[in-house]
Amino acid sequence: MKVGVVIFPGSNCDHDALEWSSQLLNLPTEAIWYQDRDLRGVDLVILPGGFSYGDYLRCGAMAARAPIMGEVVEHARRGAPVIGICNGFQVLCEVGLLPGALLRNEHLTFLCQDVYLRVETVASPWTRELQKGQVLRVPIAHGDGNYFCDPDTLRRLKGEDRVAFRYVGPDGELDHVWNVNGSLESIAGILSEKRNVLGMMPHPERASEGIVGSSDGLGIFRSAIAALCG
Amino acid sequence: MKARVHVFLKGGVLDPQGKAVANALKTLGFSEVESVRQGKFFDIETSSLGGEPAEERLKEYCKKLLANPVIENYRVEVLEP
Repeated sequence: MKVGVVIFPGSNCDHDALEWSSQLLNLPTEAIWYQDRDLRGVDLVILPGGFSYGDYLRCGAMAARAPIMGEVVEHARRGAPVIGICNGFQVLCEVGLLPGALLRNEHLTFLCQDVYLRVETVASPWTRELQKGQVLRVPIAHGDGNYFCDPDTLRRLKGEDRVAFRYVGPDGELDHVWNVNGSLESIAGILSEKRNVLGMMPHPERASEGIVGSSDGLGIFRSAIAALCG
Repeated sequence: MKARVHVFLKGGVLDPQGKAVANALKTLGFSEVESVRQGKFFDIETSSLGGEPAEERLKEYCKKLLANPVIENYRVEVLEP
């Protein structure tokens, strides 16, 4: 299996994602340029974090219209796995593969810290190797991570078990004090209708080695590999 | 054609920037300020549209790029045909 990391102008976690895939998981990995129109046969696509196009217009809006995105949308529609991390999540919302939008953080500050995530569903290729209710410690680094959608969409996301992660306390407790950016119902990550597309604001690729303080993020990628390898 | 396109957050969408601006105005002594909603506008110049209705064309710009319909509304204004 082969992994592709899409690089937009202003991506800055592209090399974290490349390293995550090629060094930590030993997978054949391709860097894919945003102006290409070919995913070169990769099985799994990562849209990395960063500030694509300097966050011009709206976060992720310009990247969502970049040439490569037509291929990413096709890849997702075929049911193949796609993960958008941080800016990648914003891009997935802007391109319409995930519902909702990421607004400015509630208290306006850029947040760069570790958070606790609770695994809300294991029914997806991205979470199948995790435990429901498991708490992961993973960092965030964003100014616009405040998840928002309309009430109908929220009802659907919950009814279809598509909330992947919520911001919680260290013991998995759900309380607004742990909802650092003001996201609707503490939502930190969601799945697409077919469950193959995951968008999340926290950075699992930055929490995948003991030496950086947490390897809790590795399970997300391991899940997708297990799903692909049957 | 010259046009101005206004893009602003929908009513129910939290606008922390507008809120911060409102607080700053109050701090400066403008105690009458009750709320501020922040938006943006685009001044656009185009070549002749060859008879196509300008407003419809501008709305297409909004739907395809300038506005995010999940959180924003827009208003188009033709300044010079």
